[in-house]
Amino acid sequence: MRSLVFLEHHEGELTKGSLGVLSKAASLGEAAGVVVGSGLAGVAEAAGRYGASTVYVVDDPALEAPLPQPRVDALEAVVAQAGAENVLFAASVLAADVAAGLAARLEAGLNWDVTDLAVEGGELVGKRLALGDTVLVDTGWTATPRLALVRSGTFDPVESGGSATVEQVDAPLQDFSTAAELAEHLQEEASGPSIEDADVIVAGGRGLQAPEGFALCEELASALGGAVAATRAVVDAGWYPYAAQVGQTGKTVSPKLYVALGISGAIQHKVGMQSSGVIVAINKDPNAPIFDFADFGVVGDLHQIAPKLAELVRARKA
Amino acid sequence: MKIAVCVKQVPDATAPRRIDPASKRLDRSGEGALNATDVNAVEEALRIKEAREGEVVVVSLGPARAMESLKKALAMGADRAVLVADDAAAGSDLLATSYALAQALQREEPDLVLFGQQSSDADGAVLWAAVAERLRRPLISQVATLTVEDGSVTGKRQTEFGYDVIRAPLPAVIAVSDAINEPRYPSLKGIMGAKSKPQETLSLADVGVEPERVGEAGSRTTVAALAPPPPKSGQVKIEDDGSAAEKIVEYLAEKRLL
Ligand SMILES: Cc1cc2nc3c(=O)[nH]c(=O)nc-3n(C[C@H](O)[C@H](O)[C@H](O)COP(=O)(O)OP(=O)(O)OC[C@H]3O[C@@H](n4cnc5c(N)ncnc54)[C@H](O)[C@@H]3O)c2cc1C
Ligand SMILES: Nc1ncnc2c1ncn2[C@@H]1O[C@H](COP(=O)(O)O)[C@@H](O)[C@H]1O
Repeated sequence: MRSLVFLEHHEGELTKGSLGVLSKAASLGEAAGVVVGSGLAGVAEAAGRYGASTVYVVDDPALEAPLPQPRVDALEAVVAQAGAENVLFAASVLAADVAAGLAARLEAGLNWDVTDLAVEGGELVGKRLALGDTVLVDTGWTATPRLALVRSGTFDPVESGGSATVEQVDAPLQDFSTAAELAEHLQEEASGPSIEDADVIVAGGRGLQAPEGFALCEELASALGGAVAATRAVVDAGWYPYAAQVGQTGKTVSPKLYVALGISGAIQHKVGMQSSGVIVAINKDPNAPIFDFADFGVVGDLHQIAPKLAELVRARKA
Repeated sequence: MKIAVCVKQVPDATAPRRIDPASKRLDRSGEGALNATDVNAVEEALRIKEAREGEVVVVSLGPARAMESLKKALAMGADRAVLVADDAAAGSDLLATSYALAQALQREEPDLVLFGQQSSDADGAVLWAAVAERLRRPLISQVATLTVEDGSVTGKRQTEFGYDVIRAPLPAVIAVSDAINEPRYPSLKGIMGAKSKPQETLSLADVGVEPERVGEAGSRTTVAALAPPPPKSGQVKIEDDGSAAEKIVEYLAEKRLL
């Protein structure tokens, strides 16, 4: 079974997520990589070590910015030239838009949030969790190419020590694909200790109700001897720094203890913290999805409970 | 400025959700609600309209009863609702849904198409990209801050590597993040007024969609088997009766986490 894997890259390095998908694809049959961007000399070669026989490179100054639509043009050209039964993506902000755009372009089926891929009776099966991870589903495709977006953190890259042939592909770019442009890229310098190394994390979400609510997280974290983390909703709203975000787009953490205050437990948050040792959640909504995977769930008002908890923890430690 | 907002009716969050084992489709027979993150998209459209004038129309593909949920958008201040409801569209996957929705949007010729962050039942966070492709319009997704200028839009969005500020000429497709705004609640006047706002239910034929391009026939993905997920053992869930903090401390002590 021949798969093409979209290999995302940043600052000259292929992302861990896309190399993980490549390794998986190589275990299912022949795997080739696709690298799209500008000034890519040296970026593609690494894919050989993770199982790619060939890497198709679309290198064009118009592809410099990490925008999805011209990448649909690029992948269309590679699929036309190289052929593929499967086109696989590691989920990311960029890859999701590329995958769905390509599905419409090629009239192909796309399954997302895939947590395993297998070949059964000659057909590709995409295993996924659905409805907030409450049901396990086997998804399939009725035609090729089959497109799949793999949930972040699903497959680890496996070095197999091979080398890949690099082939350049020319792709005509459509006017509408290149209409959007990157005006600015902003990067925040991370400060303070990294949440990835913390044994205890107290994470806050929109249930904190205001940026000032993070004082509660900080107080509890200091009592427990831990670090503070946040959901995307509050980072996007400017309540807490980007470097402290946990989830699909942020950091993946696995502390011994993860305390979630006012966090609904969306899948994109869960994927960044589900391997924590013990998850404690305080949420006033008894139906919040976080209770499906919290070890100790409290239905209640965090503003009542968290300060008292910090006080009790301090008293006990004293 | 004409703004179309794509919204979906989803099963109400308070009711248990299930996939019907026979049809392998989501059971949509229970209470429905307007998808929560689509409310952010409606709010953003209303703010743009308030600043620049124009029209806000909500567009949806779903069963006829989904109009009930679309009324919430009208009560918030949207001007019109367009629902494409047709039995043949049931079971549509991304490919089929994006086609039908794009056809319905073509008919409206909006300057701006807005999407919510993700539907709570499909959780794809992808539909906009397929629709933008079909409409051949520029796309900015995951937008946390949106600015509309004459003839263009600028969106700031988070990625794995920081924030990108992206500009696109109009007409364009924008998908917003749930942090973009704090949606208003419909006023009593808004709720009363919604009843008399135009509510159009269209068939697939009305928007020029061939039946073989939607539903199962128009889909390229299948659902083959269903199983319960691996169980998680030892979960405790309590309701706070004033002693939750003590109970958490006991639990943490028992787990040797203090
Ligand atoms: C492509 C993509 C990538 C994403 N990446 C990430 C990511 O990396 N990280 C991430 O976190 N999210 C990510 N998201 C967003 C994610 O889907 C959710 O929207 C987000 O996690 C919600 O944040 P939240 O839990 O803070 O807010 P909400 O979902 O609004 O939840 C707030 C919760 O607080 C509770 N609450 C309110 N008041 C109180 C109170 N007084 N006491 C107790 N509880 C209270 C409410 O009941 C509610 O459950 C991503 C989404 C997409 C589409
Ligand atoms: N059936 C539908 N009709 C109209 N808009 C929809 C429909 N399904 C999804 N959407 C829109 O697409 C967004 C993303 O949906 P999804 O890709 O399913 O997570 C939602 O937030 C809605 O704005």
